Amino acid sequence: MTKKDFLLAGVGGQGVLTASDIVAEVGMALGLDAKKSEVHGFSQRGGVVESHVRWGQHVGAPLGERGHIDYVLAFELMESTRWVDYLKPGGTIIVNRQKILPMSATVGNAVYPSDEEIEKALHAVTDKIVYVDGLEIAKSLGNKNLANTVLLGALAHELDVDPEIWLDVLVRRVPKKYIEENKKAFWIGKLREKAPVNS
Amino acid sequence: MKKLLSGNEAIALGTWLAGVRYASAYPGTPSTEILENLAKHQDIRAEWAPNEKVALDSAAGACYAGARALASMKHVGLNVASESLFYLAYTGVNGGLVIISADDPGAWSSQNEQDNRNYARFAKVPCIEPADSQECIDYMAIAYDLSEQFDTPVIFRTTTRISHSKSVVNVEDGNGRVEHPIKGFTPDPTKYAMIPAHSRRRHPVVEERTKKLSEWANTASINRIEWGNKKIGFVTASVAYQYAREVFEGYSFLKLGMSWPLPEKLIREFASQVEKLVIVEELDPFFENEIKAMGIPCVGKEYFPMVNEFSLAVVRDGARKLGVPQPEPVVVPAVTMTPPARPPALCPGCPHRSTFYALRKLRLRVAGDIGCYSIGVLPPFNAMDTIGCMGASLGVAQGIDAVGVNNEKTPWVAVIGDSTFFHAGMPALANIIYNKGASTVLILDNDITGMTGQQENPGTGTTLQGLQTKKIDIEAVVRGMGVDDVFVVPSFDEHAVEKTIKQAIAIKDRPSVVISRGPCVFLPDYPQKFTYDVNEKCNGCSMCFRVGCPAIFKGEIDTTTKQPKALIDPLLCVGCDICAQVCPHNAISKVNN
Repeated sequence: MTKKDFLLAGVGGQGVLTASDIVAEVGMALGLDAKKSEVHGFSQRGGVVESHVRWGQHVGAPLGERGHIDYVLAFELMESTRWVDYLKPGGTIIVNRQKILPMSATVGNAVYPSDEEIEKALHAVTDKIVYVDGLEIAKSLGNKNLANTVLLGALAHELDVDPEIWLDVLVRRVPKKYIEENKKAFWIGKLREKAPVNS
Repeated sequence: MKKLLSGNEAIALGTWLAGVRYASAYPGTPSTEILENLAKHQDIRAEWAPNEKVALDSAAGACYAGARALASMKHVGLNVASESLFYLAYTGVNGGLVIISADDPGAWSSQNEQDNRNYARFAKVPCIEPADSQECIDYMAIAYDLSEQFDTPVIFRTTTRISHSKSVVNVEDGNGRVEHPIKGFTPDPTKYAMIPAHSRRRHPVVEERTKKLSEWANTASINRIEWGNKKIGFVTASVAYQYAREVFEGYSFLKLGMSWPLPEKLIREFASQVEKLVIVEELDPFFENEIKAMGIPCVGKEYFPMVNEFSLAVVRDGARKLGVPQPEPVVVPAVTMTPPARPPALCPGCPHRSTFYALRKLRLRVAGDIGCYSIGVLPPFNAMDTIGCMGASLGVAQGIDAVGVNNEKTPWVAVIGDSTFFHAGMPALANIIYNKGASTVLILDNDITGMTGQQENPGTGTTLQGLQTKKIDIEAVVRGMGVDDVFVVPSFDEHAVEKTIKQAIAIKDRPSVVISRGPCVFLPDYPQKFTYDVNEKCNGCSMCFRVGCPAIFKGEIDTTTKQPKALIDPLLCVGCDICAQVCPHNAISKVNN
C-alpha cells in the first residue's frame, strides 16, 4: 500500500466524519502517514458534508484533488453525483442507496433525480460503481446507525488490508455494547452480502 | 505514541503541556473544540465567557496574576476582543498569555474572510502559525516561552484547515505537563494601568520589543529554510506550506512558523540565494507587501488568489502560470447532471421553527443575528433582512426605528438568540430603552449555544466544566433593564408565538420583548414526544411544507388539488408538533407506538 486518497461525502448528521476518522486510523495502523480534513459549521444542519482522507509515506496537503481520488464513498444516493468527478480515471465509487430529500426539493422546485439519471451520471465517469443498501441492511440488523459500518465494510472489500486491522480500529471507536453488531455489519459490507448472515 | 489529532485537539494538548492554568473562550467555528478539549483537564480552569472581549480580559487577569493563560476565539471574535488586545500589547504580561485566532479562509461558517495576521502587525504583537497538528503542540510551548521572555501577548493563528484537519502526532500519553507555579501579582501601575502618562512610556518599549522579536525570529527554529532547487525559493506558512510543498516538490522553501514580526535577515539570506522569490500565502498579501517594503523583489498574488481558501488545484494553477511544470491536468469526464442544492435547514424539532413560520406569515421585516436561526434567511422562511455580526440585530433595529422606517406599513423586529443576547445584545437593548426606542425584540431562548454544537452559556445553568451555577433569567434581565412589555411564550406552540408577536408589534410607543422559549433538540431535556404521520385528510395544500422541516417530504399528487401530498420520515421526525399545528385539515397526527 503506498498512497491512497479517499473522499467521503453525505449529509450532515449521517456520521460521515466518524467514518472518515476510522479510514484515517486504518491508514495509521498500516504504518502510513495519514491526514483527514472536513468541513464543519453550517453543513451540520442538514447540508452537504465533505471529508477527505489521505494515506501515504508522507502526506502534505490535507485535501485531495478533483480527478485524483482513488475511492469516493457516498453515504447518500444523489450525493454520489456531486462528488463522482473527484475520482481518478479507473477509480471506484461506493454508493449507499439511501435517499435523503434536500430542502430544495421539499420547499422549492428541485426534483430528486431518478435512479436512471444517477446511474447515467456515475457511468459517465467510471464503470466501477458499487451500490450498497446500507440503511436496509442496518435496519435488518436492528440499528439504523450501522449503515456506515456496512459502507466501511464495502470499502474494505476494495482494499488489500487485513480485515483484522479494520476491526481493531472499529472496536476502539464503538461503545462496548455495540461492538458485536458493528462487526456483523462490517462483514456484511466486506463480503458484499445483501442481508444479515444466518447463523 | 502515535495519535491522530485534529489541530484543535493538538492545541488543547499543547496548552495543557505548557502548564496553562486558566483558559477562557466564546465558542465559534473553527475554534470551539479547543476549550472543549481543555475542559477535560482538571488542572486547568476552563470557562465559556459571554463574549470574546470578556474572555481576553479574564485571561489578561489570570496572566497579570502570574498564571499562564489562554484566550481562544474565531477570527471575527478577535474584532470583539481587539480593544483588549491593544491594551495588552502595551501592558505586556506576567504569566504567559496566548490568544488563539482561528481564521476561516473560504468563510465556511463565518461572515467574512478577514486575515488576522494584520492584527499582529497592527497591535505590535508576535503571531505564531502552525502548519499541522504536531506543530500545534510544539509551537504552543514556544509561544508561551516567547510571551514570558519578551513580555508580550502572543497571537496563535490557525485556519479552518489547520483546526479541523487531523494528522499524526507523536505524544507521551497523559504526562509531560510542565508546571508553572502561579507567580502572584506585583503591583506596578506604570506597567498595568494605562493612563496616558503610562501608555506614552510603554509605547517605546513596544517598538523596541518588536525589533528584538524580529532579531529572535532570524534564528528561531520555527522559521526554517529547506534547501532544494534554487531556481525558485518559496516563502510560505500555515496550510499554504503543505500545498506548496506538494506542488513545488524539490524546490527551496522558507517556511515561516512566526508570521509577525518577520525575520528580515533570514529572508534576505534566502532571497539572495534563489533566482526568483515567490510568496505562497492564503488571503492577504501580508508577507508579500512586507518583503517588498524591505526592497526585496518578489511575486505572489498575481499567481495565487486573495480570496477563498487554497487547495492543490489552486496552487497548481499558480504553478502553471509561473511556468513550473505540473502533471497534465486529469481530464475529468463531465457529469451528466447537477444534483439539486442541499442548503442547511433548521433541524427537525428545532424550537426556532415556529418563530420563523410566524415571521414569514406576518410578513415582518427582520433585523437578524448570528446563530442557527440565521437559517431563517433561507427558503421557505425568507424571514431575515439583515445579518451582520454578533448582537447587531438590536442596534440595526434601533436605527431603522429612529428614522421612522419601523412603522405600521412595514413593522420591523429584531431577532436574537439567548447566547448572542448575552454576548452583545444587552448593551444594544440598553440603548433602545435609554434612547426611547420602540423596537420589538424577539429573543429565541433555546437554553444553549446551538450553532457551534451546544455549548453552555450564562442562561444554561451549568458551566463548561460541568458545575451547577446560577441560571441567569433573561426575563428578569430584560425587565430589570426597564422593558415593561415582556412576553414569554412556549416555542412549541405556533399559535401562541404568532399571537404574541402580533401583540408585541402593536405596541408602538415603547420597546417590547418576546422571549420564545424551548430547548434545542439536542439537549437531554428536549420533550421527546411521538412521531407523526400524514393521514388520508391530506389534500396537498402545502401549508406544512412552509415550516421548512427536513422530515417532511413531497409525496404522491392529490387527485383533486393536483398538488403533492405530504409525507413524514419517521426516522427524522421527533414529534415537535409544529406541522400538525399549521395543518388546516387535521391531516397530521401522532403515531401510536
